[in-house]
Amino acid sequence: MAKGLGYLSIALGAAELLAPRAMCRAAGLNGMEPLVRSYGAREIATGVAILTSHNRAPWIWGRVAGDMADIATVATGIRQNGEKTTNAILTLAALAAVTAVDVMCASGLESEKGNRKTAVADYSDRSGFPGGLQAARGAARHLKIPADMKTPEILKTPEMSSSAQAAS
Amino acid sequence: MRALVWHGTADIRCERVPDPEIEDDRDAIIKVTSCAICGSDLHLFDHFMPGMKSGDIMGHETMGEVVEVGSAAKSALKVGDRVVIPFTIICGECEQCKRGNFSVCERSNRNKNLGDKVFGHTTAGLFGYTHLTGGYAGGQAEYLRVPFADKTHIKVPDSIPDEKLLFLSDIFPTGWQGAAQCDIQPTDTVAIWGCGPVGQMTIRSAILLGAKQVIAIDRLPERLSMAEAGGAITINFEEESVIDRLNELTGGKGPEKCIDAVGLEAHATGSIDSMYDRAKQAMMLETDRPHVLREMMYVCRPAGVLSIPGVYGGLLDKIPLGAVMNKGLTIRTGQTHVNRWTDDLLTLVVENQIDPSFVITHTEPLERGPEMYKTFRDKQDGCVKVVLKP
Ligand SMILES: NC(=O)c1ccc[n+]([C@@H]2O[C@H](COP(=O)([O-])OP(=O)(O)OC[C@H]3O[C@@H](n4cnc5c(N)ncnc54)[C@H](O)[C@@H]3O)[C@@H](O)[C@H]2O)c1
Ligand SMILES: [Zn+2]
Ligand SMILES: [Zn+2]
Repeated sequence: MAKGLGYLSIALGAAELLAPRAMCRAAGLNGMEPLVRSYGAREIATGVAILTSHNRAPWIWGRVAGDMADIATVATGIRQNGEKTTNAILTLAALAAVTAVDVMCASGLESEKGNRKTAVADYSDRSGFPGGLQAARGAARHLKIPADMKTPEILKTPEMSSSAQAAS
Repeated sequence: MRALVWHGTADIRCERVPDPEIEDDRDAIIKVTSCAICGSDLHLFDHFMPGMKSGDIMGHETMGEVVEVGSAAKSALKVGDRVVIPFTIICGECEQCKRGNFSVCERSNRNKNLGDKVFGHTTAGLFGYTHLTGGYAGGQAEYLRVPFADKTHIKVPDSIPDEKLLFLSDIFPTGWQGAAQCDIQPTDTVAIWGCGPVGQMTIRSAILLGAKQVIAIDRLPERLSMAEAGGAITINFEEESVIDRLNELTGGKGPEKCIDAVGLEAHATGSIDSMYDRAKQAMMLETDRPHVLREMMYVCRPAGVLSIPGVYGGLLDKIPLGAVMNKGLTIRTGQTHVNRWTDDLLTLVVENQIDPSFVITHTEPLERGPEMYKTFRDKQDGCVKVVLKP
């Protein structure tokens, strides 16, 4: 779901940035194009962050904050332009729904992360070497490395060559 | 029979499918006793590798008992033989097979023209791994058809349990080749990115091959604890700078040998390049996320070796080839030439030098396979390696 919200952010942001006039008309916000355009930039940034970051939760909370700003702006729009109120009210309702989805998603992500932390196990007794780690160090040095995988002599430092001889 | 069948992104189901049959004289049929889920399977589960079709049977780490042998494979196999099946299908006769380059066998990919198109020239056929490499049914199933079975097998003794032998099919030789192709010297520091099953086997191999210092990098505490048990110094990349720590541990000179055991789904925290990759990958402008490759190329000591067992599928962006070229680094990579190593590795297991079963954290019946894919992918429940019993 977080990923879907990321895409939504980018799409909405691009629309706000590229076609602010049409977006304003649709939302009943005539005359507020510059503000809407800046919201577009915000949406894109959050969207990319949601899609790209390892921990998505804070960015989704960022979307929730953004939703609040959107709601406030559209609400002012209602007061300012009386004639377009139907559009503005519909936009407000849609924004409220989107905010609810964002909140749900953000809290979902938080608890997912919580689960991960409780599941950690300790494997410090699993060396994989029945004879112990010390005995394992270099125990297979005698096995031949195929010629196509060997470092050419010329790339070896004198130190490397002499310690290799000492070891064999 | 029952098998784990791919249907789409994150959609693998345990279903009834027709039993496999001998289709060619060189085939054999194996009754599967154990199979495992590999990190490579996750690239298919997450659908980052192209070339899967709905209905494909998953799995390429398989062992079992021979139940049927085609006429041309009878000289090498008989009913009742206990075998591990390498994930690379090999003819044993082509120019590449003769040189031991089994994972690029010229004859085992029956979709050779697809391989030619995508990679320039075809690679070997692989079990359960996309139609680019033959679209062969995989071994997360009750039975497996093995093509070129007279060559595509590793005979194993009855006295050793499945758990110690199964990984000869893939991750043990993969970790081994990852380390061996670095030509490790007793003075070398070997840095290994990724402490998944492949990384764990790579760490053990680098220790056995006598590296002076082995450093392992991951972010999952349980995997880091397993890496440390195997003799590695660990770096948690979410808590420290990998580059700074590696330089610190090598007197400022960088590790001589760097190994990528992560592959195309690399994570990164907070770095600009990883954001860039994730956005590009999400928007289908890039297929792979090469964060680990960039780090290796940057930190590796001049004249060093980069070894890349981690799987990549397609096109990568912003590769610092300038660093590779100017520092004169050698890159060795490839799907593993499994049968090149398995005689030696089986001997190490028989002689008790290594017990590869240390990596198994979950053993479940085949039906639980679909859930175990999720558990393994999401690193839940301390999961490192899953073995399934049909
Ligand atoms: N060459 C071959 O023939 C061959 C064979 C088997 C597997 N593989 C490949 O090896 C890779 C690893 O397989 P696996 O089974 O261990 O998978 P895995 O997914 O369990 O392990 C990958 C590990 O890398 C870690 N990781 C992610 N980003 C990292 C980063 N930036 N730095 C350090 N560590 C990071 C993850 O936390 C995880 O523990 C996969 O790409 C797989 O396809 C290759
Ligand atoms: Zn594999
Ligand atoms: Zn061949």
